[in-house]
Amino acid sequence: MIVQAFAFYLFAGILTVSALMVITARNPVHSVLFLVLAFFNAAGLFVMLGAEFIALILVIVYVGAVAVLFLFVVMMLDINFSDMRKGAMQYVPIGMVIGAVLLTELVMLYGTWQFVPGREQNIADPVAAFAGQNNTEALGQLIYTNYIFAFQTAGLILFVAMIGAIVLTHRTRAGVRKQAVSDQQARNPADVLEIQKITPKTGV
Amino acid sequence: MIDFNLVPLLPELFLAMAAMGLLIVGVAHGNSVTPVICWACAAALVVASFLLFGMSWEKQIVLNGMFVFDNFAGFMKLLIILGLITTLALSVKYLEQERISRFEYPVLIVLAGIGMMMMVSASNLLALYMGLELQSLSLYVLAAFNRNSLRSAEAGIKYFVLGALSSGMLLFGISLIYGFTGSIDFGVIRGALEGLEAIPFGVTFGLVFILAGLAFKISAVPFHMWTPDVYQGAPTCVTALFAIVPKVAAIGLLMRLLYEPFLPVHDQWMQIIYFVSLGSMVLGAFAAIAQANIKRLLAYSSIGNMGYALIGIVVGTPEGAGAVVLYILIYMVMTAGVFAIVLGMRRDGIAAEDISDLSGLSKTNPIQAYAMAIFMFSMSGIPPLAGFFGKLFIFQAAVSAEFYVLATLGIMTSVVAAYYYLKIIKVMFFDESIEAFDKDIPFARRVVLFVAVAFLLVFVIRPEAIVESAQNAAAVLFT
Repeated sequence: MIVQAFAFYLFAGILTVSALMVITARNPVHSVLFLVLAFFNAAGLFVMLGAEFIALILVIVYVGAVAVLFLFVVMMLDINFSDMRKGAMQYVPIGMVIGAVLLTELVMLYGTWQFVPGREQNIADPVAAFAGQNNTEALGQLIYTNYIFAFQTAGLILFVAMIGAIVLTHRTRAGVRKQAVSDQQARNPADVLEIQKITPKTGV
Repeated sequence: MIDFNLVPLLPELFLAMAAMGLLIVGVAHGNSVTPVICWACAAALVVASFLLFGMSWEKQIVLNGMFVFDNFAGFMKLLIILGLITTLALSVKYLEQERISRFEYPVLIVLAGIGMMMMVSASNLLALYMGLELQSLSLYVLAAFNRNSLRSAEAGIKYFVLGALSSGMLLFGISLIYGFTGSIDFGVIRGALEGLEAIPFGVTFGLVFILAGLAFKISAVPFHMWTPDVYQGAPTCVTALFAIVPKVAAIGLLMRLLYEPFLPVHDQWMQIIYFVSLGSMVLGAFAAIAQANIKRLLAYSSIGNMGYALIGIVVGTPEGAGAVVLYILIYMVMTAGVFAIVLGMRRDGIAAEDISDLSGLSKTNPIQAYAMAIFMFSMSGIPPLAGFFGKLFIFQAAVSAEFYVLATLGIMTSVVAAYYYLKIIKVMFFDESIEAFDKDIPFARRVVLFVAVAFLLVFVIRPEAIVESAQNAAAVLFT
């Protein structure tokens, strides 16, 4: 029990600190690296909850793809982040006020939290029904059956995201020389090569 | 247990297939076929509406309680399809004139339409969120569709950032409701809430966050800030879409959410919607007065109109709900007509967007001027036009449920709003005429204009037909 509590506070503590560093670090590359650290610790928390599938997805998708993509953008594009940060300080007081209000609300909320009577019967797919199965199996059974509608809709949403990205960024530039593979394949040596016999000491 | 009945989803499935197929056609043939794809999308929507008519409108819940189809969903879906067809018809020529004629435009509109149809059919908080996101994501892209214009890009990014924030609030609210009841299913939530004696904080907070998220989507005060900028910045045909269709879906969603799972906590959400409605009416009326740009004016007008529609929701009776459906229908027709004229405001190929550009329209183009006058009279609620009946039924429902303050304020703000609607008429009929607008009004736009004018004028002769179907549609929410 002690070990669990220790692990929880370790993960949670590092997660909070690194999340804070993401937005306060001066160097954007450091920000992205702290983001990676934050994702790793969040994955640790998920493992502790017994959700190892989500933990691994978090590492693979967010650390492996999203954060690396961020890193690319930060390093490849010459964006002056200190300019973007100018004037951000003036929003700190109002942000603090809103944060304080939300915090009070949350404290009020969880201080008086109660569940509806008979909540256990309301849960659609309780974990107990999947005892002895690992996460991936259980999720697979649910996603492709009870939640097929949400799953397919998510696919449609990603489809829209793809169309949107292409609509907003893809430009056809004039004068770009593209590789025409079929033209290359269709070339005949006879059309483009001229073989000459050269007798020594005469030149071409 | 596992329920794979897909029949109630037929229109959505058909539209999804059509959108994907037409996207492939577009990719193969390039942007030159955009008008063809626009009309093909409109045809697909017509087929979807036939599919709707061919289905049984009895209430059925399928796919593990995710999707519900009933009289209300069917009626709202018809309205959505009608709005989408109108927008497509209005857009074709405008896209070419603005040189943003790209084949993704109609496809994105159809995909947004699928999202909206899912919203009004959601029977589960997860399905609700998925439909909402599908709709919003398509609309973000459409707002920034004219990517060479700084304003359009600004509109897109503003809409996206605020939309993402509102989705976050919505999800937080959903998580609180789920944490409290242990379910995201509308029926189970209702069952859980019905047995309660005192309403715990968790439910109230969750409800507040969900309503805040949804208020963003219908641009109601105090979450309206994005509306004028996005309406002004987006290409005008996209503004027409924003003003006409997503409101229908969001109001439908709000009605189902508040009347089905959250009816037992009526007194909790009533206060919230009460003040949101009040604020929207007042702001819509007063802020519009100072606008010089007609798109901004219409943005404030839509905020005000959402305020009136919300009165009907606050009332919480079948009568009020029917009045909301009717109001939304009439609002849709009026807005479509107004945009048919606004899209035609061009001089020498340049779009004109100021109210002063309408000066002396009655002399240069009397037909448009009279049509616009009818829309403006109808919007300000002058009998015997249809707009009057929309407001009448809303206020009647409010008075019969003893919401006197709301009804009185509604009438007062609609008097204030009448000022700026009538000001447009004054500009068109009594100001010095300036250079005429370009003459090439496409046939589709004329048809929209004609149908809208005819609907507003003829409505008074037999209002019962439409009023009854609206009432019947809304009544199923209360059974």
